[in-house]
Amino acid sequence: MTILKAENLNEGMFEENKERISTREGYGRGLLEAGEKDPRIVLLSADLTSSTGGGPFAERFPERFIQVGVAEQNLVTVASGMAAMGKIPFTSSYAVFSPGRNWEQIRTTICYNDQPVKIIGSHTGVSVGPDGGTHQALEDIALMRSLPNMTVISPCDAKEAYKATLEIARSDRPAYMRLTRDKTPVMTTDNTEFKIGKAMLFHGDIEGEADVGIIATGPLLYRAIKVARIMEERGYKINVLNLSTIKPLDGEAVLGLAERTGAIVTVEEHQIKGGMGGEVAEFLAENRPVPMEFVGVNDAFGESGGAVELLEKFKMGEEDMIRAIERVSGRK
Amino acid sequence: MKSFSNKDKYETEKKANTIRRQVIEMLMEAGSGHPAGALGMADIFAVLYLHFLRHDPEDPFWEERDRVILSNGHICPVLYATLAEVGYFSKEELKTLRRLGSRLQGHPHRGYLPGIETTSGPLGCGLSQAAGMAIADRMDRGDESESYFYCFMGDGELNSGNIWEAGMLASKERLGKLVGVIDRNNIQIDGFTKDVMPLEPLRDKWESWGWLVYEIDGHNIDQIYEAFEKVRSSPDTPKVIIANTIPGKGVFEFEGKYEWHGKAPDADEGGRALKELAEEDREIDIRYKGLI
Repeated sequence: MTILKAENLNEGMFEENKERISTREGYGRGLLEAGEKDPRIVLLSADLTSSTGGGPFAERFPERFIQVGVAEQNLVTVASGMAAMGKIPFTSSYAVFSPGRNWEQIRTTICYNDQPVKIIGSHTGVSVGPDGGTHQALEDIALMRSLPNMTVISPCDAKEAYKATLEIARSDRPAYMRLTRDKTPVMTTDNTEFKIGKAMLFHGDIEGEADVGIIATGPLLYRAIKVARIMEERGYKINVLNLSTIKPLDGEAVLGLAERTGAIVTVEEHQIKGGMGGEVAEFLAENRPVPMEFVGVNDAFGESGGAVELLEKFKMGEEDMIRAIERVSGRK
Repeated sequence: MKSFSNKDKYETEKKANTIRRQVIEMLMEAGSGHPAGALGMADIFAVLYLHFLRHDPEDPFWEERDRVILSNGHICPVLYATLAEVGYFSKEELKTLRRLGSRLQGHPHRGYLPGIETTSGPLGCGLSQAAGMAIADRMDRGDESESYFYCFMGDGELNSGNIWEAGMLASKERLGKLVGVIDRNNIQIDGFTKDVMPLEPLRDKWESWGWLVYEIDGHNIDQIYEAFEKVRSSPDTPKVIIANTIPGKGVFEFEGKYEWHGKAPDADEGGRALKELAEEDREIDIRYKGLI
């Protein structure tokens, strides 16, 4: 089973003064460029234009920007109508509201209808921070990955978010992309390949066996790579896969990783129940059962605090990943 | 104003009655479905499709067509029967309603059948989609566009916040080509609308959002015709027609009874309904004798 090794990663990603940009900002840049290239691109916003990354597009293309107000059900249903007329609508909001509040409208008028509406859910994960549990989306992957016709993407950094935005803009199918508020390390470069549906090995050798495979999605991938380096000093050989497309799952890469490691840890800033780890587990249970550990939020709501302290409190810190690696190795 | 001749009126009434017969036959065959709203909207569908809608059954995806959005998807038997009557597909196919493999789903699904612009059934979503279509059409074709966007809604679904959100947006966006048609039949699944969730003063609600409101008797074809003419005025203002209708209209046993919202007639009930509609067909001939 082939696993693709990511090339041209950011060599300075572990340096002190590394570049940090939020994925929502990467999306904003991508959307602006997609808008320049394709006049069918329109943006709809529910009173959260700037904070979700839509500011540059709205400013550049006011005639292609629709402000619907605090009305997320309207946000996606108006977008569905525009898509029916040939537009490629992007809708952005916080993920707790969209796709949180308007799930059925997305299901019926976008997915079942198979309209090319792009749902952009920002402010996912506990790293949203001080706004607290109400605004920290931890269930959006579960909501979106259960929908037929839906593609689900969770970029690891701003550059990947930028590339993913351009890719989904080219597609005539529905898509959901989850974004984060916090500025996070940039791991990729302009020259790192990104393809929807393709997972890439971000750490470890492309050949041979390894002790544990980590599958991470979103900016937590950075910590997963750091942890892999720490564990290698302790004698473990670790592979880290960036699963930025959660659906459709890159079964070949996941299977390849399970075969060469025989032990998998999934890492995501989402509820463990119904999340990316669940997607991987469903697939491996059928195709290649191996011991698995899940790093994520364990059936809880978030709370106010700083991003780093919240990640630790909710067991997504480096120590938690280390323990998961030790546990899963012990179960082999 | 276009003229609505006696011959037009005769043909429209005959067509509406035929649509009602088709609805009864479809539901009897299917054994489930929603007769009350479908029968209640037959007159309006006949007037719209015969006299106003810019469409081409031979070319259902003609870009400049008007769009019909059935937000209250459950009344789709009236839409299916109308589409078959005006030539979108064979009337034989109507009998496949709700069967496995049928293009005529229990609630309409886009892509299965020509003439269906969107998948619908879950209530409250249609007006936003019609608004989105009108916005996109204006972006592409500006004031040159001759397309209208008709959104049918049940009165029960006006409970839904999604409709209110669309109501405000359409006015803000000055969607003059957007035409809502409310089937004001006063019933919903759990009972009368006044008991489940009072809607009055309904006209005031729409006017307060900035819509032009036309209230009509939804079974008076002259009033229906006039309303569809009037919605062509005021290019910057969305319009809504509040059509007061009798649920189950045309079948005495069903009329005004919310129990018939979502129940198919059995063989006896259906047989009596078809007999009554056949009599009405003859009565229409008598009424127009000497007038055309």
